[in-house]
Parts: sequence; C-alpha cells; structure tokens
Amino acid sequence: MTEVDMAAMDRHPGPVPPPAVQVRGLVKHYAEVEAVRGIDLDVSPGETFGFLGPNGAGKSTTIKILCTLVEATRGTARVAGFDVATERVAVRRHIGLVFQEPTLDTYLTGEQNLRFHGELYGVDRSGAAARRAEVLRMVGLWERRGDAVQTYSGGMRRRLEIARGLLHSPKVLFLDEPTIGLDPQTRASIWEYLRALHRSEEITVFVTTHYMDEAEHCDRIAIMNEGRIVALGTPERLKAAVGKDRVQITTEDDPAAIRALRAHLGVEAAVHEGAVSFAVTDGASFVPLLFAGLGVPIRSVTVNRPSLDDVFLAHTGTTIRDAEKSGGRMNPMAVLARGR
Amino acid sequence: MAPVTVAAVTVAAVTVAAVRVPAMGLRHEARAAFVVWQRELIRFLKDRARMVSSLVQPILFLFVLGVGLSSIVSAGHGSVDFKTFLFPGVLATSVLFTAAFSGISMVWDREFGFLREMLVAPVSTTAILTGKCAGGATVATLQSLVLLTLAGVVGVPYSPVMLLTLVGLLFLMAFMITALGLVLAARIKQVQSAMPAVQLIITPLIFLSGALFPLSGLPAWLTVLTHLNPMTYAVEPMRSVVFDHLQVDPATRATFDPGIFWNHWHVPVGVQVVLVIAISAVLLAVAVARFARTE
Repeated sequence: MTEVDMAAMDRHPGPVPPPAVQVRGLVKHYAEVEAVRGIDLDVSPGETFGFLGPNGAGKSTTIKILCTLVEATRGTARVAGFDVATERVAVRRHIGLVFQEPTLDTYLTGEQNLRFHGELYGVDRSGAAARRAEVLRMVGLWERRGDAVQTYSGGMRRRLEIARGLLHSPKVLFLDEPTIGLDPQTRASIWEYLRALHRSEEITVFVTTHYMDEAEHCDRIAIMNEGRIVALGTPERLKAAVGKDRVQITTEDDPAAIRALRAHLGVEAAVHEGAVSFAVTDGASFVPLLFAGLGVPIRSVTVNRPSLDDVFLAHTGTTIRDAEKSGGRMNPMAVLARGR
Repeated sequence: MAPVTVAAVTVAAVTVAAVRVPAMGLRHEARAAFVVWQRELIRFLKDRARMVSSLVQPILFLFVLGVGLSSIVSAGHGSVDFKTFLFPGVLATSVLFTAAFSGISMVWDREFGFLREMLVAPVSTTAILTGKCAGGATVATLQSLVLLTLAGVVGVPYSPVMLLTLVGLLFLMAFMITALGLVLAARIKQVQSAMPAVQLIITPLIFLSGALFPLSGLPAWLTVLTHLNPMTYAVEPMRSVVFDHLQVDPATRATFDPGIFWNHWHVPVGVQVVLVIAISAVLLAVAVARFARTE
C-alpha cells in the first residue's frame, strides 16, 4: 500500500480494520500430545501482545499455526486478515518471523542476509536499499553491516533477525522467545528495541516468552498452560485480579500502628519480618491515606504489586518453574517431528 | 547500556517508510530463484579451501591414474593416449563432486536454520530449489573451467566449439547431480550422515558411468548397471564431443567411445542430452515434493 493510499484511509475511516490476529477454537493434536486444546484470541492492530507460559504449554505450536508452518487439527486462524489455512502465501507476505532457533546464514554479511530476505519477499527494489539501512540503524547494526554474521555476538544476531523480520514491512511481527538464551542485559536491550520499534512502525507485535518479567512490556498478555489460555488481559488488570498489593511499613510504635490501622483505616495488619504488613487493593493510593490517618510516625513504606508469577500461580495452582519441571518440557522441534 | 540509548534516539528520528511490495507472480519467483543462485556463488567464492580441494581429486585421476594406466591401455591402440580418453570423464568426476556437495549442503542449511528462512518465504519451494540447482551447477561448471585449460596437456585440442559444448554439457550434468543431492538432503537430517551418504552415492555413479573406463566389451551385468546410471548419459555426450575433435581411426573410436546401445539401438547423443534434462526435472520435482512436505 502506498503512502497516498494510507492517507486516504486515514481521512475516511471506513469499517473497523480486521484484527491483526483472530483465532477461533484452535486445536492441534500430535500423535501423543494435545498441544493446543481449543483457544480463542483476538489481537488488535498495533498491539504488542505477549503470549506467556512454561515450555511445553503450546505457545510455539500456536505461533507455528499462525505463521502457516503447522496445520491446525481444528478451528480457524486469521492473520492480517488472511486465513492461515487457505491463504498461506498472503499470510506469509504480511508477517515477519523471528524464531527461537537462529535462521541466519553466518557466512554472509549482515547486509547480505537482509538483501537475500528482501529478494525472497519480493521487496520493491527502488526502496530496498533505504529500507535495509533503516532497519540496520534501528537495531544498531549499521556499522557492522559488512561483517560476516559469524563474527556477531548472540545479541547482535538476534537483533539482525529482528531487523530482517521487519525488512518487508510486515503487518504482524511474530517473535518466538526472542530473548531465550540471552543474558539479562541483552534481553533488556532487545526489549528496548522492540519498544522503540513499536513507536516507529505501524505494526502488531506478537511475542512469546516464558520470562514472566518480560510480559510487563506488553499491552496485553495471554497466559497459556497445558494447551489452554488460562488468563487474558492487560498485565495490570491480570495482576489486580489476582489480589491485593502488599504494603509493609516500619513505624516508631508497631502495636500502636496496628491498632490505628484497624480503627481508622479498616485494615488488618500483622508484624512480619520486622515490619507491619497488610494487604490493600491499591497500595499506591493507600499510601497518602496512611500518612494522613495513621497518627504514628512512619519510617518507611514499601508497596509490592502482585507479579505475573503470582498471576500464573493463581490461574494454574503452580509456579511457572514447577510447571516447566513437571509439565513434560517439550522440545518444539521434537513436537514438530512428531507431527510429520 | 550505551547501544540501547543510541537505538532509541535513532528510532525517534526515523520516519516510517514502508516498502512497497508488488503483487506476486513469475517475476517474484524468478527473483527468489536468482538470489538463491547468487548465495551459492557468494558462498563458493568465500570458501577457498573447497575450491582447491575439489580440484585435487580430478587432477590426481587425470595425471596419476591416466599416466599409470596409459602405458598398458594404449598398447595396441596407438593413436589415442589414455589421458585423452580420461579427460571428459575426469571433467565429469570433478563436476560430480562439487555439484553433489552443493545439493547436500541443504543439510547444513537445515542444521543452521537458514533452510527455514527460505522455506517460510512467500515463494514456491520450486523457485528456491531451482535456484539452488542452478547455483550448484554454476559453481561446479566454473570449477571445471580450470580443468578445461589443461585440455592441451592431455592431447585434446582447444577447439572453441568443443569447449563451449563441453561447458554446456557439464552444466546440465551438474544441475542433475545437484538435484540428486537435494533429494538426498531432504531425507538426511543429520549433518554427520551427509558426507558418507554423498560418498556412497558418488562412487558407484562414477565407476558405473564409463567416466574412467570405456563401455566397450563389458560383461552383461555391468552393461545393465551402466545403462541404469544417469551419469552414463551425461558422460557419453562429452566423450563423443571430444572424440569428434580428435584425429582417430574408426576402430580406435569404437574401442574408446563405443556409444550407448539399448538392445542394438545406438542411442543418439541428442536423446542422451534430453534424457539428462528429463532426469533433472524428475529429481527436482521429487526434491520439491519432499521439502515441501517435510519441513
């Protein structure tokens, strides 16, 4: 679509654009495993959508179905408005893919990898060089574009894959565990790039991860466990739904503080680990009330919001680490092989 | 974390300039095939070790085997040196190695993930594998040019027509062998199994093709095997072209270049070339079907 067309569309807001991803009743059975057991999902255009869950939860299978790499047993999925079963080429044309496993030619340079990709995706040649420069700059690899990929670090390679996934201006960028196997600092920088990308490109980002902390970067998340979506919403709302914030205060007179909390603020508190602890729905807005109404000098206040680990625990009755240990840690390639 | 800051600043300044992607069609397929072809060339030119090593064996064949055997083989046939006879066969052998390696290199592409990058693209598997075969064929043919320069040393004249015809025939053969390598690569998932599998296939292809000995006067069982070998139909046209440009008496030619007979029918060289093209097409189709299904 040319820029002129885009402008025309902006002026005449027609019907609501189709969801970037629309999944209905999706099921995938392999010979021995029910990898996906019926999921429904809508992702809006422009959203950064996180798909969370332990290894083996069915995330990778779902993303492979959405990318037309695996056929669903039942149900439908549309990506960028196209059906993944009947319009495979159109879907592929409009998505960018970054897999868990590397897919670069390490003998070629970074720029040669991008050029190869552009030709494979039929990118218009007149704009191709500028676009390559743009995505290389975006991920901070412009200076290294002429070096063979084998000289790149793990983080640089992942960034090159992200740049390549964006090269053909996809509508939806799928990232399957983009930060797996990277050190925390590199993980943080990858997310920094993804956030920056989201500001500069009209794109929906669909990302899977089993690092709960990474989900904080997403507009909405779905938590998947044992083939089902067990929770769906904004990180804030999911955490709020799980329960209350935990507030810990240290005071001049703890027993007096506990009495005052009960009498004036209607909160039951107790001393844990040397601090007065209690739970409230919204810890942040409770703090001013605390200072106004407690009447006991306060030395410090700590407010802890529930984490997504708590969310996972609340919905599955197990922690994500325990789920990975027990839940048949499935190698996605092994699953794929079984499906053949 | 300096790089992060840099990226954020850069991104803020970048304007969104989505590239235009024209409708898909034959032109897009051709572009995809062309870039796969280009990649084969780039990788080959970067790999000096492979370039040199794949020349060693044919040169050993030509000069060691050729010289070693010429003393006994040419006795009684005077006018043709065994090295001259061996020349087209050695060309074919060198091309066979390089082309088979190009085809089987798909196993490495799979191992390192690049196969996936190619197969998830919005182009047909046919376009990608055709590019791969053309790339393998080009690389192998380029390599054979080095050997072609040795023609004079072994008594083969530098006739432009003959040399051009040989290059064309070598390209066709290399295309066929690359396609065969792809068929193998579709099956072989383990990198360690790839080279042994190539050796297992290459050795009988060479020895049963008439590349290294004349097809005349072979026992019936060996004749049957050579007739089943597609390489036979790729080697014989080359030898025929070389002998067309040599000054030899019919009896000598009948010994060294007897041609191929199917039940007394002398298979014309043209038919052999068509056969090689047909086999290439079949192998390519099989490879496409296998890669499209299994990856």
